[in-house]
Amino acid sequence: MSDYSMKDIEWAKINRDVLASLESPRKEFWMVLSVCVLLVLCGAAAEAYQYNEGLGVALMNRPHFWQLYISNFVFWIGMSHSGTLLSAILLLTQADWRKPIYRFAEAMTLFSILTAAIFPVIHLGRVWNMYWVLPYPNERTIWPNFRSPLLWDAAAITTYATSSVLFLYIGMIPDLAICRDNATGWRKKLYTALSIGWMGRASEWMAFRKTYVLLACFLVPLAVSVHSIVASDFAMSIMPDWHITSFPPYFVAGALYSGCAAIITLFVLLRYVFKFEEYMTTEIMDKTAKLTFAIAMVWNYLNLGEYASIWYSNDMFEKEVLLEKFFGPYHWVVWGMLICALIAPFAMAFKKVRHNMWAMFWLSLVLQLGMWLERFQIVSPPLASNHEPWTWAVVWPGTVQLTITAASFGWFTMLFLIFCKVFPSVSMYEVKEMVFHRRKASSRTDMEDLSKVKDEMIKTEEGLS
Amino acid sequence: MTLKRMLENWSDLRKQDYYEDEPYMWGMSIDLNKCIGCGSCVTACYAENNLPAVGKEHYSTGHAMHWMRIERYWEEPEGEADIDIKDSDYPERGAHYTPMMCQQCNHAPCEPVCPVAATYHTPDGLNAQVYNRCVGSRYCGNNCPYKVRYFNFFDFLKDVPHPLEMQLNPDVSVRTKGVMEKCTFCVQRIRSAKDAAEDEGHRDYIEDGSFKTACQQTCPTEAIVFGNLKDEESQVKKLWASHEVELNHFEQDKSEDVRGYRVLEELNVEPCVMYLDRVRDTEA
Repeated sequence: MSDYSMKDIEWAKINRDVLASLESPRKEFWMVLSVCVLLVLCGAAAEAYQYNEGLGVALMNRPHFWQLYISNFVFWIGMSHSGTLLSAILLLTQADWRKPIYRFAEAMTLFSILTAAIFPVIHLGRVWNMYWVLPYPNERTIWPNFRSPLLWDAAAITTYATSSVLFLYIGMIPDLAICRDNATGWRKKLYTALSIGWMGRASEWMAFRKTYVLLACFLVPLAVSVHSIVASDFAMSIMPDWHITSFPPYFVAGALYSGCAAIITLFVLLRYVFKFEEYMTTEIMDKTAKLTFAIAMVWNYLNLGEYASIWYSNDMFEKEVLLEKFFGPYHWVVWGMLICALIAPFAMAFKKVRHNMWAMFWLSLVLQLGMWLERFQIVSPPLASNHEPWTWAVVWPGTVQLTITAASFGWFTMLFLIFCKVFPSVSMYEVKEMVFHRRKASSRTDMEDLSKVKDEMIKTEEGLS
Repeated sequence: MTLKRMLENWSDLRKQDYYEDEPYMWGMSIDLNKCIGCGSCVTACYAENNLPAVGKEHYSTGHAMHWMRIERYWEEPEGEADIDIKDSDYPERGAHYTPMMCQQCNHAPCEPVCPVAATYHTPDGLNAQVYNRCVGSRYCGNNCPYKVRYFNFFDFLKDVPHPLEMQLNPDVSVRTKGVMEKCTFCVQRIRSAKDAAEDEGHRDYIEDGSFKTACQQTCPTEAIVFGNLKDEESQVKKLWASHEVELNHFEQDKSEDVRGYRVLEELNVEPCVMYLDRVRDTEA
């Protein structure tokens, strides 16, 4: 426990520091936010154009029926997985270094799902009929096709989005109560409504703990199944290099990988923008980097295993696509991916890199670029060299697709920044808990004080009830 | 289908060959020896099925809507007779044409992936596309190994100048942007032939050759033969039988002198179109 430098933070200071993040961010915050809003507006304009003209303006064609929209969808869904990993798995394994950083990781989960959910919608030819995918009751008793992985997608995303909202919200209730007690104006009203009358009674804490752990247990298998279903979009088809049995675990590993990289990026940014240096320490970064490195190695293994199984299967079509990936028109995407996502993570093997915040920031961006390229090379090259040689064609995404892609990054960052401004992005009560356990370990005297506080709390509760 | 009905008829629905007792299974045979690559089948298909002529620009960006297309492959030289070709300015031995349209697969990979069940199998063996139901996820197009599904990337037929809209076929719906479409084996002709047969009093028999698909009708060399594969007397059934091709049957070792094969049949999609291989004498 001695390797944490935050054990001396006072409880009141925790409240003060976190609540300050709701009030006074650096001015870079507003600059980034306005850029994001601008990007979102550009994306909305591109989508309006595409909606009116038809999907042809996105420069997709036959055989490239799918392109950036689908690879972006996989990218964002993937990013949403690490929040759950960090929060739920580390909660269940009682790794307490997660505490200062899990709140924003959960928020990241939610907002990347909201970003991902946009893509299958704008990708549809007839957006106005998108609700037909859902099994809603209708007068003609028409069901959707339950065999289609796209239907599973719709179900999985809705479930995952709902559970992540619940997980994020429930984990935030005690903090919302703290905010409520300190806020004025519209914030007071908002936090009062959201904290649903939290008083901090022992019975409330018990119910809270149970719910939180229960939700965590539910979320872990759900997260794995969600990305397996996304992988099924490809694995259930008969396209060469999509029809791969190892895709579900490969996708899950890739999801956790890119998600951890995103957590590192946001870690450094939040630490800088909201002045959270005392909470998000180098030791926590070190642990996050180690975790990312481990996941990167799993992903590497599955990736190379996929190449090997295609190569040794000697299937004519699959081998053709594999060779086209490495030496064909999309070769720089594939090599870029291999350099950024397969070789670059080895930098995290060095302690010097892991302890340098800005080095980790740039490295995490490189890893994310690699994983974004990975999603592109999953979708496009197999379509370019499919079963039917007469239709082979190379297509690069056009302005509309690229604008909407840029807008998706703006949309995500915008939602995230607004969240950080309105809600506490560091969990106050969990950090206090962490500090409490440290004190318990370091000195007996503090413990006695705290047990007095505990006794008082119980007395108050008896009085209240 | 309600859940109750589904549970009541569970054993029926789980039957291996659900449409076994149906009187029709439409199939085709295309003789590549006879095909001269003239493209008249393509033109006929455009006229019959209200296909938009997209123009040069859209064609070059891959947005063409030809349900029937002529695939041209240049053949590499091989054998004694081709020695001169190898040194000439024209390194190919000549072109090889394959008319390619929807193969109406019986195990169609496009069907299970559609989220709204807009594409399904009809009892007479057609792979039907319901334009009104399609939401345009384009998954079917990706999963089609022949890449014969065509997506309306634009509203091509929105502004047809008067009086050109008068030439549209009233039996075929005009598709809007955002829906997938493909060869239907001229389903409108099949349906009207069925209606005519019913008027004459026989429900499950249409005389072979009483109607033709547009491509078959137009082919100058009669390379395309279309008919009912369940009718033992039909020309297409006889062709399939004589070239040792049958449905639900995939055999690698055939007799040497038969030319019949189905494209990519090793994918086990059970296409309903048989091609007869082109024979060239490379030794003489």
